[in-house]
Amino acid sequence: MNPATHRPPVPMGRVFWALLRRDLRVARRELPYFLVRTTLQPILFVVVFGYLLPKMNFVQQDYGTALLPGILAISLAFSSIQSVALPMVQDFGWTREIEDRLLAPASARLIAFEKVVAGVLQGLVAAVFVLPIARLIMGPIAGLTVTDYGSVIAVTLLGATAFSALGLLMGTAIQPQQIGLMFSVIVAPMIFFGCAYYPWQGLSAVPAFRYAVLVNPLVYVSEGMRGALTPGLPHMPLAFVFLALTVVTVVFWIWGLRTFERRAFG
Amino acid sequence: MTTDAAIRTRALRKVYPGPGGKGPGITALEGLDLEVQAGEFFGLLGPNGAGKTTTIGILTTRVRPTSGTASVAGADVVRQPVAVKQRIGVVPQRPNPDRSLTVLENLVYHAAYFGISRRTAVARATELLAALGLGDRGAAKVDEISGGQQQRLMIARALIHEPHVLFLDEPTVGLDPQARLGLWEILRGLHAEGRTIVMTTHYMEEADRLCERVAIVDHGRLLALDRPAGLKARAPGGTLIELTLDGDPAPVSASARAVPGVMRADAEGTVLRAYAERPGEAIAGLIRVAEQAGRAVTNVALSPPSLETLFISLTGRRLD
Repeated sequence: MNPATHRPPVPMGRVFWALLRRDLRVARRELPYFLVRTTLQPILFVVVFGYLLPKMNFVQQDYGTALLPGILAISLAFSSIQSVALPMVQDFGWTREIEDRLLAPASARLIAFEKVVAGVLQGLVAAVFVLPIARLIMGPIAGLTVTDYGSVIAVTLLGATAFSALGLLMGTAIQPQQIGLMFSVIVAPMIFFGCAYYPWQGLSAVPAFRYAVLVNPLVYVSEGMRGALTPGLPHMPLAFVFLALTVVTVVFWIWGLRTFERRAFG
Repeated sequence: MTTDAAIRTRALRKVYPGPGGKGPGITALEGLDLEVQAGEFFGLLGPNGAGKTTTIGILTTRVRPTSGTASVAGADVVRQPVAVKQRIGVVPQRPNPDRSLTVLENLVYHAAYFGISRRTAVARATELLAALGLGDRGAAKVDEISGGQQQRLMIARALIHEPHVLFLDEPTVGLDPQARLGLWEILRGLHAEGRTIVMTTHYMEEADRLCERVAIVDHGRLLALDRPAGLKARAPGGTLIELTLDGDPAPVSASARAVPGVMRADAEGTVLRAYAERPGEAIAGLIRVAEQAGRAVTNVALSPPSLETLFISLTGRRLD
């Protein structure tokens, strides 16, 4: 036990991979609950608005074309938020389970970053799970073309990262007893005003809304999905979507890391 | 040899922000200087709120000091926290296992964070669990094992990456007497292997029986630091006699000092504390002067010279 015989430092990549393996192990065990929790609501929406209402002729048959990218955006965004925020609340809760990882030979920044990456991966799983189910329920979707793979991947990754970083912020800034409140007060309005169920251009009918919703990061994921998956429909320019999502990601990451470090260090 | 110091703190100070970040902060440490040698079993003794947990928090990089410096195994806790974390194992005051994992996974993943391969980690974890009496609980979920078993799991976790310095924060609080003795045996074994151990406790007996040197802290200050035997020798001579009265003992203390055989007497709350070599003879005199002052004695307690009586003479209060 001579302090002179220090082992070489553990490479950062190795610590990161071990932390990620731990989160993936837990996620794999929780997968069925995770999928039900994050995708049931979007799927039910697809059943009502993408299947039942068109059948009843309450909405036009091609509403599905506008709806599908939004449904994917919701699944991606909210599974990313939840994958980071919900475990974080428990980790920083009464027993402070996170100590286990805060004692790992890595900076707090790396530990927070790993949480965001794990959230991105879980967001991708949810989106990939919802896509075929939605397609199956709605039947053929006019104007759906998955050819611009670059844009699809970019929107998906950027969207998942932005919302995972938001999950980091929410999971560390919000008190455990207020987590239910967070979903009713922040997440629900975000979904309804996130241009997921209607294209942003449609809001020209109500100009005040059209500009107010721009503070909502979900708008950019929904519009980005439209631009990438149903480019024939009106949507925001993809360049603007990428810029907005990058800004949102940077802001949430810096802010989230600050609240994470504040919780991590006494 | 100062080069052998496993831990060194200089003028370590910690002030927690006041409620809402405003108002005067709460001072947990008030300029603490400590040095712990490599291979030493070191005790931090003090009542709740003395600053013990803050000290451990700073040394384990989990709490940032307000001022002063601290180093562990040659690395500065503020400037090189990653290097410090690589060299320490921590047993927290309250077990905080990873509840999403099984008992064995808790150890294997913790080892992975330290770059230990899965094969080595599983072998080491199996060995540790067996040594700590958890050999058959590896596949159990953490919530399925008892509090004492969780505490032992925390010790296994703190050891899985073979740290240079082991920190234990009140490791026996909440353990039944048998589990406490079992843990003492484990700690003695670890110390015999040459590990540096720093333990906080508010149990006198624990510090006395386990530690090579003990620092007595209160209100964030170091009050005394010595081997347990040396500390006990510094305790005021004689047995401590505590008389609990039905009112303020202050008027009694002057006449108490005049009682034959009484070496010292102080008043604190409703307790009159006196020290005497022959307590049996002094008690009658003390009760008499109390009654003459119009006070009734509701309780009498005797404590032979110990770390406890030293602590009371240093701080004016009991440990718990």
